[in-house]
Amino acid sequence: MARTQAIALPRERRTAAWWRTNATALLFMGPAIVLVLVFLLAPVVITFVMSLTDLATSTGLSNWQWIGFENYARMFRSQFWLVILGNTLMYVAIVLAFNVIVGLGIALLSVHMEAKAGGVFRSLWLLPRISPSVVYALMWTWAAASPPFGMLNYIVAPLGLEPRFWLQSDPWLIVILINGFVGASFGMLIFTSAISAIPQDLFRAAQVDGASALQIIRRITLPLIKWPILFVLVYQTMSLFASYEYIYLTTNGGPGLYATETWSLWAFHTALSNYYGNLDFAYGAAMAAILVLLGLGISVVLLRVFRFEQLVAEPRVEVD
Amino acid sequence: MAAVVGERAPSTNRWLAALPYVVLALATLPILVLYVWLFYSSFFPRVEGFRPVGDFTFDNWRFLWDPLSVPQMRNRPPIVPLTFNTFIFAAMTSAIGLLVSSMAGYAFSRLRFPGRRMFLGSVLLLHSFPSVTLLIALFVVLRALGLYDKLVGVILVQTAFALPFGIWIMKGFFDNIPWDLEMSALVDGAGRFRTWWRIMLPLVKPGLLALAVLLFVEGWNQFLLPFVFMPSGSQQTLSTLVKGILGEGRFVDYGLLTAVGLYYIAPVLILFVLAQDQLMRIYAGGVKG
Repeated sequence: MARTQAIALPRERRTAAWWRTNATALLFMGPAIVLVLVFLLAPVVITFVMSLTDLATSTGLSNWQWIGFENYARMFRSQFWLVILGNTLMYVAIVLAFNVIVGLGIALLSVHMEAKAGGVFRSLWLLPRISPSVVYALMWTWAAASPPFGMLNYIVAPLGLEPRFWLQSDPWLIVILINGFVGASFGMLIFTSAISAIPQDLFRAAQVDGASALQIIRRITLPLIKWPILFVLVYQTMSLFASYEYIYLTTNGGPGLYATETWSLWAFHTALSNYYGNLDFAYGAAMAAILVLLGLGISVVLLRVFRFEQLVAEPRVEVD
Repeated sequence: MAAVVGERAPSTNRWLAALPYVVLALATLPILVLYVWLFYSSFFPRVEGFRPVGDFTFDNWRFLWDPLSVPQMRNRPPIVPLTFNTFIFAAMTSAIGLLVSSMAGYAFSRLRFPGRRMFLGSVLLLHSFPSVTLLIALFVVLRALGLYDKLVGVILVQTAFALPFGIWIMKGFFDNIPWDLEMSALVDGAGRFRTWWRIMLPLVKPGLLALAVLLFVEGWNQFLLPFVFMPSGSQQTLSTLVKGILGEGRFVDYGLLTAVGLYYIAPVLILFVLAQDQLMRIYAGGVKG
């Protein structure tokens, strides 16, 4: 092939030959490489570099200085960092449990019914995911609204609970529900396709042996989809650490000081949206850097554990 | 799998077969309630729980024909340009995303080139990487490129965010096309680019269509990027409008909000009804969440 011939050629001709061979690939890959480089890979590096400076509204974009790890030191000196870390861990743990358990529940229930009906239920659960976040947040804001508007008060009234403004009195409940009802569909989709891929014979054989539906689920279905379950767990852990959109749109970290503030929202508030006017880009970048590092780490685990080697197998067609 | 239960002998607890329906219906109720309210509330002066106060009315919708009579709309850009911005944003991210990912997806599926493994590795890595953590750095990037507060800047960021997923999905579609079709075109002397455009793209049309709808919906729904990177009025989108009204003061006019919200969500719901099978498949196949 071209490469072996090129060894004998002088340097310029070799370079020319290299360009000729790879011009096609470059043409096809070029736009993607530029966009990914500028808007994804560079920002990863910039996040870390920025976190070592004092870049803020007050310094302007040009008058910044290197300050080493001062932003990180400042972060852990903050009297709120432990509260926010605690909030984040609780948020991730509870929403993750909700997402995976409910997602698994819907998948299992919807495959145990008429195919059409199962599809309708899955579509309904997909609704929050395909809805604009602001509209979805608006609906929950209403559900949790102060009396006499909010729906939640009418639902709990028979239980003898006093009407209240849920977003103020129980902000975590609303934050967990709003994120839970969006996130459950992720597991639902993955688990449904994993369960559908299980050979029907296994279920038939178990039925012939007289196994009950619950036994089939516990002994056959669940063990066979343990990899998808693990995948969803790892993937959603990472997404939840990074996500703050719905919290921002409902409680915005409140009520009061940092009541529902999570780590990613803290970074967002510090760098891009606060009431003090001084946007502290570098300090926020330091907070984000920790999440970026976590995201990279978990992504690498996902690649390694979930058969990365097979996914990047050589292309099948080669005629050049 | 659905057949498994159906095949059971009728004597084995018929009520057990109904159990999944009952449980799932109850679990799904909150979602239904939310969406039914959105619809319902936009046609009444005010709704308490589910009880309407006053008569059926189109009054909440007058932001469409008489925006100046709605106090919350007075200091905001008119609804038509906002809708247009949102549409341009969604259509452009969908078109650019589709073009760029089908080119790169083809290269990954069919070409051998130096650095292929590395590129594919980073695409996969970024595919699961939470790109929302990069917003702070992107703010600086957009400022440096002079693209801050411009629709085109936000379009490029949104497209880049969608690329790892799009490339991965398109590679999968191309991988499924048998190579003899393409081979005969190449042997006949057509170039790679021509082959890709004339032979391959028509073959993956269903995939292209599904990805186009998905990217359009994601662009149409996008809130954080326009909100953070286009703060000044003229180029705002519908999401920033809803957020603006929602976050305004203590008294929330749910009638107006639900009308604007329904107006905003309607195209998505229509697309979803029309293309839900394709969307469901692409979500499940490409692990998008």
